[in-house]
Amino acid sequence: MTTSAADLKPVSTRQSMALPSARRLLLWTGLAVLIAWVLVPIYLVALGAFGGRLGVFRWPKSIWPTDLSFAAMSQFLAIEGVFNALVNSLIAAGLTVVFSIALGAPAGYALARYTFRGQNAYRLLVLLTRAFPLAILALPLTVSFIRLGLYDTPFGVSLIHTVLALPFAALVTQSLFMGIPREYEEAAWVFGCTRFQAFMKVVLPLALPGLAATAIFAFVISWNEVFAASILTVRERTLTAYLLRILAESPLHYRFAGGFILIIPSVLFIFAVRRYLFAVWGIASK
Amino acid sequence: MADIVIDRVVKEFGSFRALQEVSLTVNDGEFVALLGPSGCGKTTLLRIIAGLETQTAGRVVIGGQDVSNLAPRKRGLAMVFQNYAVFPHMTVFENVAFGLRMQKASQAEVKRKVERAAALLHIESYLDRYPAKLSGGQRQRVAVARALAVEPAVLLMDEPLSNLDALLRLEMRTELKAVLREAGTTTIYVTHDQTEAMGLADRIAVMYGGKIDQIGAPLEIYATPATRFVGGFIGSPPMNFIKVQCSQGQARIGDAALPCPSTGKDLELGLRGEDAALSANGSGIPFDVRVVEPMGSHLLLTGAIDGQPARIVAPPTAKVSAGERVGLTVDPARVTWIDSTTGRALARV
Repeated sequence: MTTSAADLKPVSTRQSMALPSARRLLLWTGLAVLIAWVLVPIYLVALGAFGGRLGVFRWPKSIWPTDLSFAAMSQFLAIEGVFNALVNSLIAAGLTVVFSIALGAPAGYALARYTFRGQNAYRLLVLLTRAFPLAILALPLTVSFIRLGLYDTPFGVSLIHTVLALPFAALVTQSLFMGIPREYEEAAWVFGCTRFQAFMKVVLPLALPGLAATAIFAFVISWNEVFAASILTVRERTLTAYLLRILAESPLHYRFAGGFILIIPSVLFIFAVRRYLFAVWGIASK
Repeated sequence: MADIVIDRVVKEFGSFRALQEVSLTVNDGEFVALLGPSGCGKTTLLRIIAGLETQTAGRVVIGGQDVSNLAPRKRGLAMVFQNYAVFPHMTVFENVAFGLRMQKASQAEVKRKVERAAALLHIESYLDRYPAKLSGGQRQRVAVARALAVEPAVLLMDEPLSNLDALLRLEMRTELKAVLREAGTTTIYVTHDQTEAMGLADRIAVMYGGKIDQIGAPLEIYATPATRFVGGFIGSPPMNFIKVQCSQGQARIGDAALPCPSTGKDLELGLRGEDAALSANGSGIPFDVRVVEPMGSHLLLTGAIDGQPARIVAPPTAKVSAGERVGLTVDPARVTWIDSTTGRALARV
């Protein structure tokens, strides 16, 4: 069996080498367009952020940075409250990730593994939380949050962001758990595991890539959310909410610096968990 | 080591009765195969024994202990699953060690027992590989090694060979029998493949429609089926069933007469294809040959006895051609008489 698989491999690579040049061209063009789609805007933002005060207004724009300067960036970071807002954003996003996985994954597991009365209704209701416009809920939420002492805290913001991320977390993890054969769990039970142990030892490791994707999703939702964050905070703003306020009256290159800083953490986070996204057991994950 | 007593187990899925009062005793160290077509309840019964499914009524007793309401991990058994269920995120070694680790065995003991199970199944050379890099047959071995490593009192196997190709299946079957005899484990083996059941089992329980139709040694089940279903399910070609009239203890088919139990009921003659011999002069039960298939070891003749379809096995050298009418001689001691209305075999004449 193994030898035949090994024999097959060179054949398949030879086939891919023999791909018609037109198709290869198409493939690489497609790849280039996709990469450009993502990288060009980021590059332009970076150019604005690091190109210095004058670079922003120069026209026609130069592709290469003419005068690289970290002045705008450092000045921007020195603005009072930016660092604090950054920390708040990270706390809110981190908590959102924790809450949506901690609440969403069990819900997804239940939906995947058990049949219970009202299962479909439940699935629909989970999605319906997104049907309420946040604008309508804003006032009652603010009042309740003040009453509960959650107002103006990253924790309070993360609760709202969890509500936004939870439906996806539950539904994504549901399909994730459905993809893990029940037999694995049953084998674990037979060989001495409690249900919880079986989940921790067998299901969780297999579900990690999907959970990583869910985590990214929750993180990005929280990181990018402006409206709820703006309403529910006054001094302890998250970065997006804070930038929205201060950048309206800032010079253009500061705005670029702000935009660039908004991009970084998401990219870093995706890089941090990407290993789990592509984890294939038995094949060394890079 | 332990015996298993299944006491009037009933399983209902909603209004569907998957198992109807199944009782079965498996002796210590015995290998029993649950054989039946798909949907007969054999896997359900196995899962109830394992504790993966809860019975609607009845008890399961393993080694004198009533385990009916115990979780699977407390039943002291091991299982080999149809799709192996070898954990993809663990090396072969960790897979085999899984049960031992859960028992909190010492590192040295884990190593010793894993190596012994690995040696038994010939998987020592890839203990540090991941299952993704193994073939189906190798994964199968890992699954069996994992089950044997914990030295279970009871081993349950759910169609463990059904995902292998024919040649590998034959090889694994032989090996499995040798390994299990050595281990002396009480084994229940679910299969729909009669050759597997016949080859492996000490006793076979033939299941049909949520009931055990017959339980007995392979040859006993083959020679004296208890019902029409068992006769038709076991054996290749399956047993022939010929409706006959029985009067005064004699059933007449063509020129031939066979002694039959006169009960006044409608009877069917159950006749195995290889229990009929071609008579030299064409006398005996008339058989109209429609198709002749040379199978190498024998000729498979398909045709009709008294207008009813039948298959007969003839020696490979027999001179028979399609369209011919031949005579069959039958040993009355080797036929089975079946009550047409109940489908159950009658006492031998």
